[in-house]
Amino acid sequence: MKLTLHIWRQRSPTAKGQMVRYDVPDVSPDMSFLEMLDVVNEGLILKGEEPIAFEHDCREGICGSCGFMINGVAHGPSRGTAVCQLHMRQYKDGDVLFVEPFRARAFPLLKDLAVDRRALDRIITAGGYISVRTGSAPEGNVIPVPKEKAELAMDAAACIGCGACVAACPNASAALFTGAKITHLGLLPQGQAERDQRAKKMVAQANVEVFGNCTNIGECEAVCPKEIKIEVIARMNRDYLKAAWKNRESYRDDDPVELALSRGKP
Amino acid sequence: MSSLAVGSPYDRAFRFYESTVFKKAVMAVTGLILFAFVIGHLIGNLQVYEGPEKMDAYGRFLRIEPVLLWAVRLVLLGAVLLHILMTVQLALLKKKARPIGYVKKDNSHSSYASRTMYWSGPIIAVFIIYHILHLTLGVAQPDGFEEGHPYANLVRGFQNPAVSSFYILAMILLCLHLYHGVFSMFQSLGANHPIYTPLLRKFAAGIAIAIAIGYISIPVSVLAGWLH
Ligand code: FES
Repeated sequence: MKLTLHIWRQRSPTAKGQMVRYDVPDVSPDMSFLEMLDVVNEGLILKGEEPIAFEHDCREGICGSCGFMINGVAHGPSRGTAVCQLHMRQYKDGDVLFVEPFRARAFPLLKDLAVDRRALDRIITAGGYISVRTGSAPEGNVIPVPKEKAELAMDAAACIGCGACVAACPNASAALFTGAKITHLGLLPQGQAERDQRAKKMVAQANVEVFGNCTNIGECEAVCPKEIKIEVIARMNRDYLKAAWKNRESYRDDDPVELALSRGKP
Repeated sequence: MSSLAVGSPYDRAFRFYESTVFKKAVMAVTGLILFAFVIGHLIGNLQVYEGPEKMDAYGRFLRIEPVLLWAVRLVLLGAVLLHILMTVQLALLKKKARPIGYVKKDNSHSSYASRTMYWSGPIIAVFIIYHILHLTLGVAQPDGFEEGHPYANLVRGFQNPAVSSFYILAMILLCLHLYHGVFSMFQSLGANHPIYTPLLRKFAAGIAIAIAIGYISIPVSVLAGWLH
């Protein structure tokens, strides 16, 4: 089939970008979307042009590296998949596709479709951990975990940190991502000790990164490749408000060294 | 004390009242207060169907205890102002958080009501000001306002089709605003449940429509000549 692509091209973070049109003559329906881009890139290289930069790694929806917008939808039209799992059979001859990078102030553009999503890593660094003695693995059933909670925690832990939720959100909020991380640890017994601090620190970090605020509209859960629900955002709000209520110190009782470490940007 | 400069972004982010989650909680609580008012105000004003005596007596009843009346008014005013202040702050953040927009963006997964909160809200705010000038203070009443006669003022006001149209438009927007708002306030305060939240959404739709129909019935009845 024949496709017309309009792809955002931008040489560097500071260069001016624009949409560039590419006519792709013979796209096989068996290709994945990224393979189709590989073919386009081969053609560009043969012509001596700069190939289109996009991130990818596993190409099976588990690493969270890939991600861009296709016709205004993060990861493209199929639900519950990352763009690397999208197949060209979704499209028909003559389709026109607009391919754009994820847009957010917290995701500075690097090149073409590749953006810097380390802001999400810094949110995890701020509180997405538990403090335990590591070493040899403990006996599995020492700490009982109800099955339902274990499953809900796993659902939230399925988040691959791709940033599609931020990209889809009209407010560029990272609430679904942050909520998923808070939910994943907060549901398990091992996550209780740091639960209050976790909510405070991760929300604070998301604010420092200048992600927007959640308006509960749900564009994020529609594009999430792991189909994480906005229930995790409610859980984040709950944990945060509870932590605010329980706080007995001044507004901040955190170790400044730790804060400085988790602070990625001035 | 920390080595971080007081007033740095990090320092600020750690104050609860500076956080996005806290601001949304404030919107939720103030929204709840205003939602309660909208219901109470409707129940009171439906007495218009019981005739002028009942309605005017209700107006006098509200004014029996001026201290109480003003206390309620101040709470409502505070709720409106905080609700607007949070909106403005969060809208500014929204602009900051995505300085470069998309060439093409599909927002079809969210409800129309949720995406138009930034429109329905301000229009309702303008309506509230007009409504107070019109039926509480009487200064926006073109042909004569009689202090203490809410029934007569209301009927005379709504006989003007332009006045009634604006009122009806504002109530339709209020319906949309409440449809998203009633669900959203629970979410912002941390309540979401796989069984109860879908029910809440249905309740929100039902109550929003009921409120809109209740209010809109009044100018429609006046225009139709049923109330005179
Ligand atoms: S490339 Fe790993 S999730 Fe798409």
